[in-house]
Amino acid sequence: MIRWRRARLAAAREETPTARTLVFDVEDWPGHLAGQHVDVRLTAPDGYTAQRSYSLATPEGVELTVEGLPDGEVSPYLVGELAVGDEIELRGPVGGWFVWRPAPTPVLLVAGGSGIVPLMAMIRARRTAGSTAPFHLVYSVRTPADRYYGDELDRPDPGLSVTPLYTRVEPRRRIGKDDLPEPGPDVFVCGPTGFVEAVADLLLDRGHDPGRIRTERFGG
Amino acid sequence: MHLDGNALAGPLGEIFAVDITAAVGRCANCGMKGPVATLRVYDAGPGLVARCPRCEEVVLRLVRGPQEAWLDLRGTVSLRIPLQ
Repeated sequence: MIRWRRARLAAAREETPTARTLVFDVEDWPGHLAGQHVDVRLTAPDGYTAQRSYSLATPEGVELTVEGLPDGEVSPYLVGELAVGDEIELRGPVGGWFVWRPAPTPVLLVAGGSGIVPLMAMIRARRTAGSTAPFHLVYSVRTPADRYYGDELDRPDPGLSVTPLYTRVEPRRRIGKDDLPEPGPDVFVCGPTGFVEAVADLLLDRGHDPGRIRTERFGG
Repeated sequence: MHLDGNALAGPLGEIFAVDITAAVGRCANCGMKGPVATLRVYDAGPGLVARCPRCEEVVLRLVRGPQEAWLDLRGTVSLRIPLQ
């Protein structure tokens, strides 16, 4: 059984003008798999609670990247107010399906916006494990400035290739069938629900085996 | 906009000893088999409602109160649960 744990903010850094990466100290963290997530719970002084799920961004430690949504109940606090030393409640790691375990099979990752977070955990886990499995990332995001982990993704990482698609920079590029490779790799898709549904349809059109496509939708 | 069964991992993790989202369930309405993680999950109401991605029938409902959880599995014939 999973229980709520106290998590203390140990460090934070700006990822983009609207997103922040948060590093937490969590006592007795049991470790996790790349792709897993946590539930975060905030409690107001009057007892009102709000809860959201966030993917773990790294294969080790508890690191989340949170996009501040203007009308959000939890994210504006996590991005704009939570200070180093502050505590929140967190439950996890959870999710045993949308996970990558080190294996030699080629992998295709398709990210829409902040859907990059669990996929970045997989890229980092591959590096940590010294895996030579070929990874290809297709990253659809509004503009170059909206990319998370930009510097890290720009650095050479043998066996990893990255195709960025910018939806708000000319030529405005929506993901299409030709952006996706032929069947063969295991596929992980994460992003807003509409994006994930569109990519899943494109993958099936392209002939990918539905049994090798794993998806995670975060609404929107 | 709906989520998917991955979002059930925390709420069900509070109840079960093993991860249920990786379990393969069978829809009582259309017979489709697939991981719980692939269900369509709606969280706008007071609880969570999970529907079959093929026939959209309700497969599972979960309501969490202060002292208890109420899990309704009316639309699930079976769950094949991986045990590590």
